[in-house]
This record gives sequence, structure tokens and C-alpha cells, in this order.
Amino acid sequence: MSLPAEILEPYRLRSASLADNDPVWLAGLRHRAMACFAERGFPSPRAEDWKYTNVTAIERKRFPLAAAPGEVDAAWVKARLLPDCWHLVLIDGYVHHDLSHPALAGDVVFCDMGAALRRHADLLTQGFGQAVDEDHGFIDFNTALFHGGALIYLKAGTRLAQPIQILHLQTQEAIAPTRHLIVLEGGSEATVIESFIGRAGGLTAHVTEAVLDREARLRHFKIQEEHDRAVHFGGFYVQQATGARCRQVHFALGGLLARSEIHHRLGRGGEAILEGLHWADGRRHLDSHIRLIHAEPEGASRETYKAIAEQRGRSVFQGRIVVEPGAQKTDAVMNNRNLLLSDDAEIDSKPQLEIYADDVQCTHGVTVGQLDENALFYLETRGIDREAARQLLLYGFVNECIEAVDVEPLRAYLHRRLDSRFNAIELEDLP
Amino acid sequence: MTQPLLKIENLHARVEDKEILKGIDLTLDHGQVHAIMGPNGSGKSTLANVLAGRPGYQVTEGKVWYRGRDLLAMAPEERAREGVFLAFQYPVEVPGVSNIYFLKAALNAIRKHRGEAEVDAMDFIALVKDKMKLMDMDEQFLYRAINEGFSGGEKKRNEILQMLVLEPTLCILDEIDSGLDIDALKVVARGIEALRSPQRSFLMVTHYQRLLDYVRPDVVHVFAAGRIVKSGGPELAKELEAKGYGWIESHPEAQAS
Repeated sequence: MSLPAEILEPYRLRSASLADNDPVWLAGLRHRAMACFAERGFPSPRAEDWKYTNVTAIERKRFPLAAAPGEVDAAWVKARLLPDCWHLVLIDGYVHHDLSHPALAGDVVFCDMGAALRRHADLLTQGFGQAVDEDHGFIDFNTALFHGGALIYLKAGTRLAQPIQILHLQTQEAIAPTRHLIVLEGGSEATVIESFIGRAGGLTAHVTEAVLDREARLRHFKIQEEHDRAVHFGGFYVQQATGARCRQVHFALGGLLARSEIHHRLGRGGEAILEGLHWADGRRHLDSHIRLIHAEPEGASRETYKAIAEQRGRSVFQGRIVVEPGAQKTDAVMNNRNLLLSDDAEIDSKPQLEIYADDVQCTHGVTVGQLDENALFYLETRGIDREAARQLLLYGFVNECIEAVDVEPLRAYLHRRLDSRFNAIELEDLP
Repeated sequence: MTQPLLKIENLHARVEDKEILKGIDLTLDHGQVHAIMGPNGSGKSTLANVLAGRPGYQVTEGKVWYRGRDLLAMAPEERAREGVFLAFQYPVEVPGVSNIYFLKAALNAIRKHRGEAEVDAMDFIALVKDKMKLMDMDEQFLYRAINEGFSGGEKKRNEILQMLVLEPTLCILDEIDSGLDIDALKVVARGIEALRSPQRSFLMVTHYQRLLDYVRPDVVHVFAAGRIVKSGGPELAKELEAKGYGWIESHPEAQAS
């Protein structure tokens, strides 16, 4: 559905002014994207993929574009940066240079989007738009309006010595359109952590694309813990060449309405290991839209998505595996385990397998249930009361996901977050 | 006359629509070990679960007095805090919760109930490691999720470890010996023996005489069809071992059902 002219106009103006300073190829993309967005607006709930997540509220909110980054206390932000990582900090979509130390020399490029456009246009043109396999209003919107973001590029065979963390901080009830491009040449390896936090309920419209060449390896973590009134769209689109591997772990813990798209296209012998957790408490609506395309033979994928829906929370999981003709010997497993903990909470789970090859192994499983009565009783027989036992099982459900995070500082951070949430039962770090 | 630790009077219980216990009378004194034997389906495990307060096990008649208090009126966690411990026949796996955290939470819940301070973290680690040594358990089990991926024998040892740490007064062991090889059985028996004291009593449900070679009972009760059909000394277990349960099942008490 198209938006009223008075809402569209500032978007048009901003997009045009961005395009004025862009290289020609990007200006062209912006122009086309803006035209598409003007035509169709944000996705309608009538579209099958958006059936469970209605974003029409964005229109009513009339979010302005963030004109400038909000004021931040550097110490406060620093406390939220993980140790032993390289950092890029984006405040309301604008790069914060003093808090960002992206300079990496030699075979690695890690810089903000502005610097990338000035100095690495060749790298951008190689990968930009290549991995995005989705076509809807949020993508248009992002392409037309992104300004901040990061470029991460690794030359063949390079290994990043420590993870990159990109922190997105929202300080205003405004729109922050950001875009990252990750290009990993053959055999290179990188770990990228994207953190989304906020102290105001704005709109995040984010896209990360990753192009992995042969045998490249990407570990990617997304931690979404935005403000309780924030609206979040974040797409992660990955194209994997022969033998390329990607592991992604996604924690959706914040926001009011958050939609994540995680799309992978696997090459021959490629691997995608995807995990995720939704914690839909309060009135939170969390949607993960996963699409895994096995385009060539001998690929393997593992998906383990878990969700908690409590109070009036709602969790949506749409997981689609497509095995294209010729993608023989595909080995795909998709699991979605849900805890539905209140009468007012809702879980929507929609696994789909589309298989066009005959020699494949694909399975999926979905469970929706309450906490295990048998386990509750077991804990009670050890003197733990029922409410504490419930909390302990919930803790275990979440902790299983955290234990799967193999980046130590991030795992420690998530543990601290979990512990503070369960302070009622006095969790602490044990040796 | 001193009060027995546990006194079961004419206990009847059902699970769903099926009456399983049909009038159990049993008195367990302080410091005693009673073995409960009997064929499958005779109600041994049901008794253990009723005493621990498992949901779905409905007492239809009778009373259970624990230290003079009405045990059946207590919630499961209250029973545990008052010193009742059930070692499960099938210990439950709890993913994501480490053994050490669980043990500490349980011990502190019990200490709090007794009006004691929380256990000191260092003292606690020392205590648990000491008990693990006794159970031949590697320290890495502390940091693994509760029972997850444990072998049958490891799970049973973990039950006894919990018992050693929590130091209950009434230990109910539901087929603690099932699925154990002889070495594991000896370790489990060692753990039980380490806890025996004049104040502490044991109710050991077992299908086989084997365990009783290592943990000598004071009294053996034979269950059949929801009743105790025979009680006696340790020699009764030997007799069962020699003759099997066939003669018990033809016992008039068992047939009265």
C-alpha cells in the first residue's frame, strides 16, 4: 500500500540528497528503490510472508528520519562494547568516529559506509545488492535511505584475529536506516557481532548482506535488545559459494515489533548452521523469517530456533527450506521449539519444505508446549519451590542457546544479561 | 515410646483410574533400612512416588505420618525441605541448567527453610567435590546440564550425589540399582552406606536382592498387588532370590485383590 504524500516527501528529499553525493551506480539504485517504495510502501499483511506480522502501525507512527545523531555519554556506550573486539558504533544510523576503531590494515577492510564509498567503491560494487534475495518495501526503503553502515572485506585466506562488533544505538523516536556489506574472499574467516540497543522507540530498517566466496567462513551474531516501543526490521542475506560456511546465532530480546529475515543461499558442499531465540514477553512481537536455499548439491543446514512467549507476547517463526533441482545429497534439519507460557501469548510456527531433488535428507520438527511437568517435579523434590523451579527451567531453555555462542566475551555478556533477568533466583557466576 | 520416623497407615492410592496401593501399613524407625521388594506392578514405585508427592498419584484412603506430621498434606518441596528425598528410578534431564547450580539452589532452599544462612560458595564447592570423589564422579559433571547425556549409571550416581549433599532424613530410593553394572552398584552402595546414621532412615525399592548384599536392610517387605504380603529380615530377600516371585503372587493376600 502506498504511503500518503506528506509522509513520503521527506523520504524522497533525503534519498535524493544522499544520491547527490553517491557514485552513479548507487544513485541509480537509490532512485529506483525510492520509486518502488513510493509505489508499494511497507509490506501489507495481505502478503503471505507478512501474514503474522502487521507493520501498518509504522505508517501511523510517522517516524521522522533522524536528522543527526543523538547525544550520548561515551562511557555509557563504551560499557556496552564487548572486550577483545574491533568496534563500529552507529548512533541513530550515524557513525560515531570517536567510539569506532575500525581501522584494520593490509588484507582487511573494515570501515564505515561513508569511508567505503569514498575509498572502496570497487569493493562495494562487487558485492552490493548481490546477496539480497528479497524484494519488498523494507529493502526499497533501506536502499533508498541508508547512510551509515559498515563494509567488511577480507582478502583470500585472511583470518580476522578477533571479532568485529557493530553496535547500533537508537536514541530518538526516529528512523535509522543502516546497511552493512560483508565480502569474504576464498578461504577467509571472520566473526561479526551486530548489537542493536536503544533508549528510545524508533524504527530500525537494517540490511546486512554477506557474500562468501569458496571455502570462506562467517560467524555472525545478532543481538536485538532495542527499546520496548521500538520497531525493528533487520535483514541478513547471505550468498555462499562452494564450500562456504556460515554460522548465525540470533537473539531477539527487545523491541515492540521486530522482524528478522535470515536468508541463505548455499553453494556446493556449503554449510549453514542457524540458531535463534525469541523471548517474547510483555507485549513484544518477534518474527523470524528464515529461508534456506540449497542451490547446489551436498549442502548441509541445521536450524534450531527456540521461542518463549509469555504475558501478551507473540513469537512468529517462518522457516522455509528450498532444495532446488539438482541439489542432490542435501542434508537439512530444521527445528523450532516453543514455550507458550500464558493464555494471552501466541506462537505461530510455519515450517515449509520445498524439495525439487530426489536424493536428499530433509526433516523438520515443531513443538509448542509448556514447561516439562516431570522436570518441575524433579526440582521440587529437591526443595525448590514451584515458581523457582519454573524460573530455573526457563533459565535452562535460554541458557542452552547462550552456551551455543562460541565467542567468549559475547557469551559472558549474554550470561550477565540472563542472570540479571533471573535475579529473583540469585544466579551468579560460579567458577 | 519414641515416635517412628515414618508411619504409613492403610494407604490406598490410585493413578488415573487404577487403584495401585490397596492398604499399606509400614513403620520405619530412625536409623533403619527397609527394603521393598516385589514383582513389577506390585506398587513399590507407586509408594515411593506417593511419599514424594508426585502429581497424578491420588491417595484415596489412609495416612502417612512423618515425624508425627501429616506428610500427605505437604507440598513436594516442603517434604524435601523437611528431609524427604526421592532418588528417581528415571532421573530427569534438565537442559541448560548445570548440576552445580542446581545443587546449590537445592541446598540453599533447604538451608533457608531451616533458618540457616546460604552456603558459602567456596565451602560449597569443597563439599561437593568431596562427595563426588566418594561417588567416583569427575568434576566436569558439575558443569554439565543436569543428567543431560549422562549414562544410566551416571544418572544414578548423580542421584546419590544429590542425596549426599542435601543430607535428608528419609531417603527413598526407587530402583536405584536398576541398570547398574556391579562396579557402579558398589559405588552407589558406598554412597548410601556413607549416609547411614542413627537419625537417618532408608526405604529402598528394589527388584533384586543384589543391592542388599551391599546395603544390608533391617527389614524386607514383599509387595504383591498393592499390599505387603510378607515382612521379614534380610533372609527373606535371599528366599525371594532363590524362589522367585511366583510363590508370592499366589499368596492369598495378593489374590484377594
